[in-house]
Amino acid sequence: MQTKNIMIVGVGGQGSLLASKLLGRLLVDEGYDVKVSEVHGMSQRGGSVVTYVRYGEKVYSPIIEEGEADFIVSFEKIEAARWLSCLKKDGKIIVNTQQIDPMPVIIGAAQYPSDVLDEIAKKGAFVDALDALSLAEEAGSSKAVNIVLMARLAKYFDISYDKWIEAIEKTVAPKFIDLNKKAFELGYNY
Amino acid sequence: MKELLIGNAAVARGLYEAGCNVISSYPGTPSTEITEFAAKYDEIYCEWAPNEKVACEVSFGASLQGARTACAMKHVGLNVAADPLFTLSYTGVNGGMVICVADDPGMHSSQNEQDSRHYAIGAKVPMLEPADSQESYEFAKKAFELSEKYDTPVLFRMCTRIAHSQSIVETGEREEVGVKPYEKNPAKYIMMPGNAKKRHPFVEERTEKLTALAEDCEFNRIEYTDSKIGVITSGASYQYVKEALGDSVSVYKLGLVNPLPVKSIQEFASKMDKVYVIEELDPIIESHCKNIGVNVVGKELFSLIGEFSQKTIAAAMQKDAKKVYDLEMEIPMRPPMMCAGCPHRGMYYVLAKNKVSVLGDIGCYTLGAMPPLTALDSTLCMGASISGLHGFNKAGGEESEKKSVCVIGDSTFMHSGVTGLINIAYNGSNSTVIILDNSITGMTGHQQNPTTGYNIKGDPAAKIDLETLCRSVGINRVSVVDPYDLKECERVLKEELNADEPSVIISRRPCVLLKYVKPKKPLTVNKDKCKSCKKCMSFGCPAISMHDGKAVIDKTLCVGCGVCEGLCPFGAIESEVQE
Repeated sequence: MQTKNIMIVGVGGQGSLLASKLLGRLLVDEGYDVKVSEVHGMSQRGGSVVTYVRYGEKVYSPIIEEGEADFIVSFEKIEAARWLSCLKKDGKIIVNTQQIDPMPVIIGAAQYPSDVLDEIAKKGAFVDALDALSLAEEAGSSKAVNIVLMARLAKYFDISYDKWIEAIEKTVAPKFIDLNKKAFELGYNY
Repeated sequence: MKELLIGNAAVARGLYEAGCNVISSYPGTPSTEITEFAAKYDEIYCEWAPNEKVACEVSFGASLQGARTACAMKHVGLNVAADPLFTLSYTGVNGGMVICVADDPGMHSSQNEQDSRHYAIGAKVPMLEPADSQESYEFAKKAFELSEKYDTPVLFRMCTRIAHSQSIVETGEREEVGVKPYEKNPAKYIMMPGNAKKRHPFVEERTEKLTALAEDCEFNRIEYTDSKIGVITSGASYQYVKEALGDSVSVYKLGLVNPLPVKSIQEFASKMDKVYVIEELDPIIESHCKNIGVNVVGKELFSLIGEFSQKTIAAAMQKDAKKVYDLEMEIPMRPPMMCAGCPHRGMYYVLAKNKVSVLGDIGCYTLGAMPPLTALDSTLCMGASISGLHGFNKAGGEESEKKSVCVIGDSTFMHSGVTGLINIAYNGSNSTVIILDNSITGMTGHQQNPTTGYNIKGDPAAKIDLETLCRSVGINRVSVVDPYDLKECERVLKEELNADEPSVIISRRPCVLLKYVKPKKPLTVNKDKCKSCKKCMSFGCPAISMHDGKAVIDKTLCVGCGVCEGLCPFGAIESEVQE
């Protein structure tokens, strides 16, 4: 099998770390060779962050480049646009419709593009947009956006619902398992 | 057991299984997790040292005693530890010693992208470089044998993409090797000229032996295919080569990157029509090849600058690019910034408002350089803010002293700031030093340090009292301010700038990301009172933005620090959540 590529992109502090941990666990349990790569340190402080998840029979490079991503899971609207060039021709974008203004926008040095998801769709890319923040809040915490988005990603996978739940149980701290299961359910059935 | 581990965790596992007993390190991205993971094993004594030189010397002492030992640091940390390193090469070891150093090609979280392989060449010690987590684990395990067999410290080179990428590792069990007996051996361990002169020939002979080892060892391997195009590579570059070029090339993969083999490279090259050297940063393998008469293509195709990827290699080898989607749209940049409620912001706001020159240092607070505060004038290396300010003021005189300060974090101050402060006191400049004390080593992800009162395991430890320390080196004027209290910060700043002796201002408030710092309720903007003056925006808090002409506070980011409440001239920011 050809190596599959998933990018998780967002804003530092949004919880992409847990999402990649969950995905890594799940894919290892499915028997794949897996590489998960993210950068720690300065860029995490509210900056644009990206995690690469690659799996297949044998994975070499830890990173995903232009035109290679099967999925881009974006925790924020313009982050999907920022990384769009990495998407494969028939790749899919799953995007949280949340808007987080970056500092250049906050101080008025740049404009937040209002129609960014429409522009991506106009290019012919597959866009699955959802308000993951509201669903996470419904589940009990705005921090569960990551699990809601993973649930949405799960819809496109040939891995059973129970396997995903099992992976959640293995990666999430015990006291947050119920909350995250609920978030997963809401994201999956949305 | 099969586990998905980041490279750094795999190194820790390897060190652990090889019977490592003592690890002393200073945190630095991308090396920090080596020591954090090692600290989870009770069999290893682990500590955060005040800096890398101390860490390396602690490790030396443990080796001298006979234990297997390691230290870990980022690439620039090895500059600090270079002093012990170069002479450790002469003394060699008793217990095996591994010095882990993590490079940061692409500068994800660093001030330069120096190539630490130069240190291996300069200090004449072997250097290992793994290419994934499994190798990180295996090489770390074998590094001690190498160290003990060849009587040398071993440099262990990681880079960001190996250190922070998770891949599958098949782990084993720890082997207790105990502590070797210690015997006094002045000729080997007292490096005064008479002894050192005798040790230098040993070092040169060792390099010859290690070169012979490099010709045929478990760290290096050749992957022949049908192709007569050869690539010599190592580390992360190996993965990009395999990804981009697959079986279309034969690959000589190096794991022992110093010393480099001679004969086996010549032999490999003789079987090829053309040989490429693909290595990030400096042309070290390339220069070696050219020195031994092997004609290779290297830096004319592959950059000296930044990180590689499968794309950069494919492009250099003229393979097709795959880009499909191109959005002709301006996407605003999203640079990193200080968090909402960050205590550093208050002090920076006051410094920017008073238009003082600010010599900065290394830590989260380097982000004070970003708009809208743009509060910094320089950032060089750990500790350079204090020493630099002294020179800045000696050159600029009284006028400079009255409008210049430096800022340094608590951990960085302990690392190498205190020596600069001693210089200020001793050589007398009326400098104003601001210690941004957020009670933790922030940027690298919350490590304890000598000012926090806790050790690496989170157990209580001796707590350095910054005020007493500053006074004891000869600074009479030491004040403490709360950076959330902007008025008081400004008053003290003006007073200390105008004082005719050196002073230290400790800006003290714990990092808002610390677990024990409980966020307060988010603040809200009363739209009727907001006059759209944007004064709150000048504070640069990521939680505040303007929407439809009015300030809005993002309740998912706001921690209720309340500083903006005091900034608003119209009382529009309210601390009670309006239901």
